[in-house]
Amino acid sequence: MTRKSTPVPPDQQASAAPSGLGRRRFLTYLVAAPVLTVATRALGDTTMAPPAMAAVPSPPSVEELYDIGDALNHASSPTMPLVQLEMSKDGVARLDFPRTEMGQGVVTAVTMLIADELDLPMSKVDVTVADARPELLFNQATAGSSTIRIFYDHVRTMAAIARTRMILAAAQQWSLDPDTLATADGAVTAPDGRTATYGSLATAAASPDLPTGEVAPKRPSERKIVGTPQRRTDALAAVTGRKKYVMDVMLGTAKPALVRRPPTIKGTLQTVHNASEVKAMPGIVGVVPIPTGVAVVADTFEQARRGVNALKVDFGPGPIDNQDNDSILAQLKKQVLPFAAPPLGAKTVEAEFDWAPACHAPLESNCAVADVRQGSADIWAGFQMPIVAQQEIAMKLGLPQDKVKAHVVPPGGTFGRNCFFDPAIEAALVSQALRRPVRLMWHRADDMRHARHRPQNYHRIRASVVGGEVVAYEQRVAGVVLDVAPGFGEILTSVATHMPPDAKTTVGMQAYSQSLFALMVASPYNLGVYDKTLTELPTGIPTAVYRSVHVPTTRTSEEIVVDELAALVDKDPLAFRKESAKHPDAAAVLDEVAKRGDWGKRMPRGFAQGIGYHQESKTLSACVVELDGRDPKAPRVTKLTMVVDIGTVVNPSGLRAQMEGGIAEAISLTLTAGLHIKNGLPLEGSYSQYHWLRMRHYPKDLHIHLMPSSNDRIGGAGEVGITAPSAAIANAYAKATGTKPRSFPLVFPVDFEPFPPGELPPPDYT
Amino acid sequence: MPQYTLEVNGKTFTVDAPEDMPLLWVLRDMLAFSGPKYGCGINVCKACTSLLDGEAIRPCSVKVSTAAGRKVRTIEGLADGDKLHPVQEAWLEQDVPQCGYCQPGQIMNAVALLSKSAAPTDEEIDEIENVCRCGTYPRIRKAIARAAELMSQ
Repeated sequence: MTRKSTPVPPDQQASAAPSGLGRRRFLTYLVAAPVLTVATRALGDTTMAPPAMAAVPSPPSVEELYDIGDALNHASSPTMPLVQLEMSKDGVARLDFPRTEMGQGVVTAVTMLIADELDLPMSKVDVTVADARPELLFNQATAGSSTIRIFYDHVRTMAAIARTRMILAAAQQWSLDPDTLATADGAVTAPDGRTATYGSLATAAASPDLPTGEVAPKRPSERKIVGTPQRRTDALAAVTGRKKYVMDVMLGTAKPALVRRPPTIKGTLQTVHNASEVKAMPGIVGVVPIPTGVAVVADTFEQARRGVNALKVDFGPGPIDNQDNDSILAQLKKQVLPFAAPPLGAKTVEAEFDWAPACHAPLESNCAVADVRQGSADIWAGFQMPIVAQQEIAMKLGLPQDKVKAHVVPPGGTFGRNCFFDPAIEAALVSQALRRPVRLMWHRADDMRHARHRPQNYHRIRASVVGGEVVAYEQRVAGVVLDVAPGFGEILTSVATHMPPDAKTTVGMQAYSQSLFALMVASPYNLGVYDKTLTELPTGIPTAVYRSVHVPTTRTSEEIVVDELAALVDKDPLAFRKESAKHPDAAAVLDEVAKRGDWGKRMPRGFAQGIGYHQESKTLSACVVELDGRDPKAPRVTKLTMVVDIGTVVNPSGLRAQMEGGIAEAISLTLTAGLHIKNGLPLEGSYSQYHWLRMRHYPKDLHIHLMPSSNDRIGGAGEVGITAPSAAIANAYAKATGTKPRSFPLVFPVDFEPFPPGELPPPDYT
Repeated sequence: MPQYTLEVNGKTFTVDAPEDMPLLWVLRDMLAFSGPKYGCGINVCKACTSLLDGEAIRPCSVKVSTAAGRKVRTIEGLADGDKLHPVQEAWLEQDVPQCGYCQPGQIMNAVALLSKSAAPTDEEIDEIENVCRCGTYPRIRKAIARAAELMSQ
């Protein structure tokens, strides 16, 4: 759906309910179009810091003043009038949404917001995922748990204006007072029983002559859909196999392609010895050297796989050929800055933690489809930042940007990695070389070994206690450099002038990934003088943001220290957290999880409870787990209770799903899932080796409680559900096993025979 | 190249393929069935789970020659026209999918499980190896129980 129309000057203002960014007012635009089309823009956003309380107060961190969602919101604001809601003559409200649906449920949530506000069935709301729209500038990045936070007010305001215009158009046609008219089920009704469908009013409602005045979206009490559990809008397509993913695009026409990759990370391609021999193999269509390896294109992926394995290729060294997790960890330890001197007479808790690199491991591996022709190209992938992808791919192909269409296809998972688009560049180059469409996929073994991953990191923490109070907390984080997606740095730069002074100083002084750290990682506690800093180790390892980025490792490490601090001052971990938590709603969340999780109950020997509390993207969460640690090498989470306070709940089913996903991340990454880099290459090459959890590892005894909507703020959902469970698991493990958890994942043997480097494993015909 | 004839979702297809071509690529690349998904290629993630004469198989690791002359059922062939299979109904009721990529395999696996065990125990469900990266396991567990109920009615 393309929109050629441009916004006309605002014809009215509307106000929307507050959403944590202060009370927001909106300019609304009537777009010059044959059918009703509206848009909005927020006026004068302000940010507010929550009040601090109790304990020895810590000053508010950057994240509390201004977080990643605020940054993305401000970056999106200037082009928001170009995101437009259209009411068509067929009675369907359409929104081509500039965000990516990747399983997190944003399309369903936005559909609900529109349907509720417009009094339209959800089946008559069509929210599509937009292709790259470069005119949106920074307003097409799906990241930072920000989508609903950004669009909650905009979408409701657009829909409220549309509904008002429907009423006004009907009132004009019937010569009735608009106040006597009502809307329901996609139609306007008059007291005398006359009805007019939205579709029949769509043209009349587009008239600039209708005076709408100020319009406010519905009050929470007037809503019928928002706040009730709704099934995903694509659920039927998913369960019938009709939902199309990236690798289903041009199935049967675009040729399958796999890539022979180097034996070590980023090894450089030198010589291909037998390209013509491989090209003569059955089903092979082409052999194409590209910067990252040698692509083999074939009629089927199996033939491509055989071609890849038959290639004789020399690769030069990569940047980390002799490195492994241990040698990188040793460098990280050297990287951290020393602590300041502790206060005189202080008791301290000191601890160091390390977290192995982790693979995003989306079930649909890295992939893209490309059809590059003379002078133009179409690329399909699960882009999280399609505009930058379009720019970069156009540059690689030597085409003008507007000749490259970057189509966003809902991917089979991404978890942050698709902020980058390595496979799309590869697919484009291969398609260009062969002058035919290709479906390029990374074999699972390559996806685990060569794709961008969550960087390995190390933490040194010292907390100081004087007179029973924590007076200082220092956390020195060192990580392998987190590659910041192209385009992300530009977003942060673009909003720098909106930032409060402290945040501005931080973003100005630090590199982008440190900025990201500051915009995302805070502490929910008053722990006196508080200092948490990241330094990075350049290695050349390709990395990417992974769901919640630095937060789960940094905050889980902190939560373990919090338990040890509680023990030092002889307090119950729950009571200690309640006394130390900054947020005024924290105690309610902690009390709720304690009650529902039966905190403090007697546990048999070898079993224990653990607790975790977390605050991220304006969402509070707490978790109590029960863990069977009788065999420290095979811990099992047997029960998990989680309480979430997100402020405003749009879709309880979707929000729970995000928490269920966060719990899956927590169990896997805390207990078993990590990459062993050895001689410059991860050993793990499949799900039999990378220990992502299975059904039996997920607790049957699961309780997720959503605090009732307060409607005074709206928090993030996609990333916030990992840390509280991760912390609770680690703390339960400590108690159950009598150990101090320090190195993650906690159970991390090499319990498999690695595939030979460079080869793609054959089907298992045994 | 040898020729193989197989029945997929009630229709007969003949393909020219090497004897050891995995069924997954016959289905996807040669016959354009997009339902069975690739996730590992080595019978580990189970995303491609489909049925061969009613038994759960992983087409990524079944030779086309093994499937020849037999009945293959993929997710596309599970519903009877617009009438969903009870397992699909249960999946919808529980709002199981997130990204949804593994769900065709999860559903076909559940269909096979329920054909052998009308009311699967927790232990039987614990044996499911299908990977869900989004973490929909608790909903899958509930959906299997619900499907068992629906099928017993």
